[in-house]
Amino acid sequence: MEAFLASPFGVLIITALQTLAMLVPLLIAVAYMTYAERKIMAAMQMRVGPNVVGPLGLLQPFADAAKMLMKETIIPSGANRALFILGPMLTFMLAMIAWAVIPVNEGWAIADINVGILYLFAVSSLGVYGIIIAGWASNSKYAFLGALRSAAQMVSYEVSMGLVIVTVLLCVGSLNLTQIVLAQKTVWFFIPLFPMFIIFFISTLAETNRPPFDLAEGESELVAGFMVEYSSMTYALFFLGEYANMFLMSAMTTTLFLGGWLPPMDITPFNWLPGPIWFILKICLCMFTFVWVRATFPRYRYDQLMRLGWKVFLPFSLIWLVLTAFVLKLAGWLPA
Amino acid sequence: MSLSTEDTPAAGGTRTVEIDSHTINFGPQHPAAHGVLRLVLELQGEVVERADPHIGLLHRGTEKFIEYKTYLQSNPYFDRLDYVAPMCMEHAYVLAQEKLLGIEAPIRAQYIRVMFAEISRLLNHILNITTYALDVGATTPSLWGFEQREALLEFYDSTSGSHYHANYFRAGGVVKDLPPGLTDRIAAWAEQFPKFVDDIERLLTGNRIFKQRTVDIGIITAEEAMAWGFSGPCLRASGCAWDLRRSQPYDVYNQIDFDIPVGSHGDCYERYLVRVAEMRESHKIVKQCLAQMPRGPIKVQDSKIASPTRADMKRSMESLIHHFKLYSEGYHVPEGSTYTVVEAPKGEFGVFLQADGTNRPYRCKIRSPGFAHLQAMEKLSKGHMLADAVSIIGSLDIVFGEIDR
Repeated sequence: MEAFLASPFGVLIITALQTLAMLVPLLIAVAYMTYAERKIMAAMQMRVGPNVVGPLGLLQPFADAAKMLMKETIIPSGANRALFILGPMLTFMLAMIAWAVIPVNEGWAIADINVGILYLFAVSSLGVYGIIIAGWASNSKYAFLGALRSAAQMVSYEVSMGLVIVTVLLCVGSLNLTQIVLAQKTVWFFIPLFPMFIIFFISTLAETNRPPFDLAEGESELVAGFMVEYSSMTYALFFLGEYANMFLMSAMTTTLFLGGWLPPMDITPFNWLPGPIWFILKICLCMFTFVWVRATFPRYRYDQLMRLGWKVFLPFSLIWLVLTAFVLKLAGWLPA
Repeated sequence: MSLSTEDTPAAGGTRTVEIDSHTINFGPQHPAAHGVLRLVLELQGEVVERADPHIGLLHRGTEKFIEYKTYLQSNPYFDRLDYVAPMCMEHAYVLAQEKLLGIEAPIRAQYIRVMFAEISRLLNHILNITTYALDVGATTPSLWGFEQREALLEFYDSTSGSHYHANYFRAGGVVKDLPPGLTDRIAAWAEQFPKFVDDIERLLTGNRIFKQRTVDIGIITAEEAMAWGFSGPCLRASGCAWDLRRSQPYDVYNQIDFDIPVGSHGDCYERYLVRVAEMRESHKIVKQCLAQMPRGPIKVQDSKIASPTRADMKRSMESLIHHFKLYSEGYHVPEGSTYTVVEAPKGEFGVFLQADGTNRPYRCKIRSPGFAHLQAMEKLSKGHMLADAVSIIGSLDIVFGEIDR
């Protein structure tokens, strides 16, 4: 048995099982996130929310999925067929593969690679291609404008996001996500790096095209932006991709700033709960904030969003990065 | 978007690239078009170069219909003009008829009409402010607002039997008295209403994103606003204190104490602020109407114009005949013409009536404030971005029922 597991075939099977163990709960979580979002928003807006399908509307996500599957996939006659279908697939796939490196508990990452954070950053940056391809292939002005906005937005926010990550890396001394979490044993990074935590969270909102940065969709201007021509499962893939991305960004925030699977304090009542539960609780907190922001704020305008990214976040995170480096150096806290 | 490239063998091998502007059809099926507005936008990238509003997609020929109906039968058409504030439209029409007939409604009826005109104003402003917030991306206010609107529409329902198209005002008064208990319900509602306005203000007025989206967008000076035929909150936001309720009071507006909020800058944000302040004033007016409303008749006691009560009809032959005549032939309005205006929530709503002495108007021309506001769309949105065009449409408070008629 040992020998079989060590053989290439055995590794393949184990990896496949690990992947399933990660993706199935993730997809279920995505499905129920749509339900949770609607319920939370409903509570904030003094409504009831979905309550018809199943007890308390709990089967609503499945009803939605069934509806989406039944519908006809309409491909506009002017569209580039191959790219039109590739767009949503790419978005969905990228949102899924990023999860390979997320450590849910100590040693619980599918691929505990040394450049984990770089991989995450790269994959989340690639996400914009799905949107650009979709916007361009739709051959519609609304979709094209949405795609352009999205491209500009992603570039603006990734720069400051990168600087935030570098700041964290300075404090850790490793690109490995497990190491990043373990470095937060004494104090979670969101306390010493609080401003960077805020910038990172806002950037994740922009990165996932969530309100108040949902310009690529811009419901009141561009109707649905880059996905205006999509229907049925192609649309659902975008939808799933967006929510999986929200989870991914929450997982990133948790890993970088909220101490991953670590309990708030390593004392009795807290360390009763196993690590993965803490991890999930922290993700839930982030996701709740995503929804909360959506229910509260109006949408930024395209140029205002760019200004915020380039003229506020970029200089600020740059200064904070240099400052952090100084403090670490002078106090002799630089990791070996 | 077309990209025409010209290879000019100029010195240094530079190329001239000419990027044409592109045109998009904003509407008529568009979530931010407030009905069936078709706005042809010429964009340079995202900057609006030309905005060309097209109207007529909701044209129903109301004015022509009115020429073929008796005065009474045309009343419901007015509900369907600005369907967000129906009773204000009726108000203009019945005042025009009263002027031609030379009658005046009893005091109680005037108070009822003023109160419901202000309730309509609240209905309008709640819908406008909250959907405006929706246009700039804030989803929550609209759902909070609908709760208040529902409460107000219940009052419509109680008096007229209809949620929207009330058909409640009549030449010479109102169709029937307030049902018992309604004044208490309105008073109870008035108790909690200021808190709602505070809540909305807390979400929007100080919100930085909301301010960034609205301050300095779509500026129009008082002179320009007057030149474009603006009226109502859009004009007052530019700093012109013009309110028909004050400058030429109709019904009992001259006996009611209220302020006229005026802006100074004339941008989208101030149009919003003026409306919020007007909501507080309307609330004040409703409360005063409740306090001051006397007992008494609710329509003129002239059976040639106002229908006798149902009880009378059962007992008196005369009343029965009057009733029959009124609801078949209608009343005759003496020859003459009038242009009567009211301060509708959106601005100056006017009815020009030309009566030829028969039971039907010879001509009825309606002046809707939204029409004048919509034509300034090009001026307001030029040079702004696509997202600002949405803010501007929201701040102008456009309802196609009255624009297309």
